[in-house]
Amino acid sequence: MPDFFSWQNQLERCSESDVMHALECAKPGIGELSALLSPAADRFLPQLAARSRDLTLQRFGRTTQLYAPVYLSNFCTNRCVYCGFSATNKIDRKALTLDEAEKEAEILYRRGFRHILLVSGESDAIIDVSYLENLAKRLCSRFASLSIEVQPLSTEAYRRLFAAGITAVAVYQETYDRELYKELHPAGKKRDYDFRLDTPDRAAAVGMREIGIGALLGLSNWRAEGMALGYHLNSLRRRFWQTNFSVSFPRLRPAAGAFAPLTEVNLKNLSQLIFALRIFDPDVGLIVSTREEAAFRDGMLGLGPTRYSAGSSTAPGGYGNPELNGEQFSVGDHRSLPEMAAVIRSKGFDPVCKDWDASFQESTLS
Amino acid sequence: MLTIAETSFSSRLFLGTGKFASSKIMEQAISASGTEMVTVALRRVDLSNPNDDIMSVIDPRKYTFLPNTSGARNSDEAIRLARLARAASGNRWLKLEVTPDPRTLLPDPVETLVATEKLVKEGFIVLPYMNADPILALRLQDAGAAAVMPLGSPIGTNQGILTAFQIEIIIEQAGVPVVVDAGIGAPSHAAQAMEMGADAVLVNTAIAIARDPIAMAGAFAKAVEAGRTAYEAGMGAKSTNAQASSPLQGISEDLSFL
Ligand code: SF4
Repeated sequence: MPDFFSWQNQLERCSESDVMHALECAKPGIGELSALLSPAADRFLPQLAARSRDLTLQRFGRTTQLYAPVYLSNFCTNRCVYCGFSATNKIDRKALTLDEAEKEAEILYRRGFRHILLVSGESDAIIDVSYLENLAKRLCSRFASLSIEVQPLSTEAYRRLFAAGITAVAVYQETYDRELYKELHPAGKKRDYDFRLDTPDRAAAVGMREIGIGALLGLSNWRAEGMALGYHLNSLRRRFWQTNFSVSFPRLRPAAGAFAPLTEVNLKNLSQLIFALRIFDPDVGLIVSTREEAAFRDGMLGLGPTRYSAGSSTAPGGYGNPELNGEQFSVGDHRSLPEMAAVIRSKGFDPVCKDWDASFQESTLS
Repeated sequence: MLTIAETSFSSRLFLGTGKFASSKIMEQAISASGTEMVTVALRRVDLSNPNDDIMSVIDPRKYTFLPNTSGARNSDEAIRLARLARAASGNRWLKLEVTPDPRTLLPDPVETLVATEKLVKEGFIVLPYMNADPILALRLQDAGAAAVMPLGSPIGTNQGILTAFQIEIIIEQAGVPVVVDAGIGAPSHAAQAMEMGADAVLVNTAIAIARDPIAMAGAFAKAVEAGRTAYEAGMGAKSTNAQASSPLQGISEDLSFL
């Protein structure tokens, strides 16, 4: 991965004619991505949006997938300075038992969700491979697909989880800015930048169907993060051509610990990043979660994103008990699945709740 | 600079050595082309004889010698040839050709993949000749091929790049160099391959049977360079989005939420 600052330099050098070229280019590469993310492209936002809209329609049609997260535990051994779950924060800690987790998932099932994302703070002592394996085995016959967003695991662990019915792994680098990464992750296993960066490789190597990557927006220069994401995606695609990839765009939300974002990423910036990545990789899944507010999510429908979360709670046990504290961040869009589906339909799109079937996965058939 | 299996090449034109009127003309054409990679049919040369007509012309200090298995009808035959070649010359490079149909000389995808897997395990640097099938290219890459060599059109036909659509996908996806092989009948075809982003082209018939092979070798050298330069300069693409008559229609209102 090239040095973060070389991305910044490359971005600064882009001209408006580079942007126009990138917009016309049939097969944009990293050079074109830098033009699309550069300050020179700021005033081309409508053109970027139009291209992104056309490509999204061409590759994904009029559909938007929906999913919901299940927070399993907010225990964490790391001290990421920006996160409500950081070990330094005094919050109500809770880890769901397998029964409790199953109950939470069941609530989502009854609400209509068929794709769920199992999320936890990073603590091997609380949520380990066996826990996830057992939970997956309990849930995989009910749900079309199970994804995880937990601590980076070993290849062997991913192999076990894949066999148990987990089909997708999301792991965000948070920031690709190596220097800043050190500062933001002062303690815990997460300090190891390279181990985290190589996580998608380990997960893809065992056959996971989808790998999600992302950068937490508000930490470093978002344009350079976009470059690094594009580069990371490209290099993964070259090695794992049978894997689907997705990118998330989490913007920092207010959370316990009261961390103030280090850089501002406004809605225009966020849109530019989404459009640029869509143009760069017309086939990548682009996810916008309920961190963002309703107006933005509605506005972006059909322009680039392909998957939304809905009706999310970010506290472990939060679906069964909405009064619970201990959430990772506060949600920006509180609408339920039916409400979200109605909005998607009203825009002429199909809200897709099931887009996978466990029978694809030999290992989960007993 | 092109790198294949840690060897760098400044010329992106590879030459085949069949069909020349004499080894003297072949030598001059090789020299005029500026190539650094020369392929030779194993069935044509006597590897252990330094006075062999063809071998004596290919100075191993100047050229990477890429023996090919042309004539092999299945993986077993190709592997046997490859082992013999390595035993005689110590050379690990191999252009793998498995062509069971002597009429079309089209490569057998299944046998090519099998042979690639086995030969890579044996330590060969394998460059498989293949149909322009994007998934096969990825399978060969996964099997450890050092480059892939999709055909532009059937060998010796001079029809140019009829498989452009698939070669574009191969180039887009490949993690190893893509060398367009077979069917390149004119310098413009070679330039086209390079403009598309191919890493190199392999030419034989078009040069060997030209009235003046040496001049033609020079013409190909220039075409390859021109095509590559154009590719690096970033050509305006044949736009795929221009058909939308007004792509910005309504988009500004669509963005009013920002
Ligand atoms: S970002 Fe993840 S690893 Fe860091 S403190 Fe929060 S939950 Fe733990």
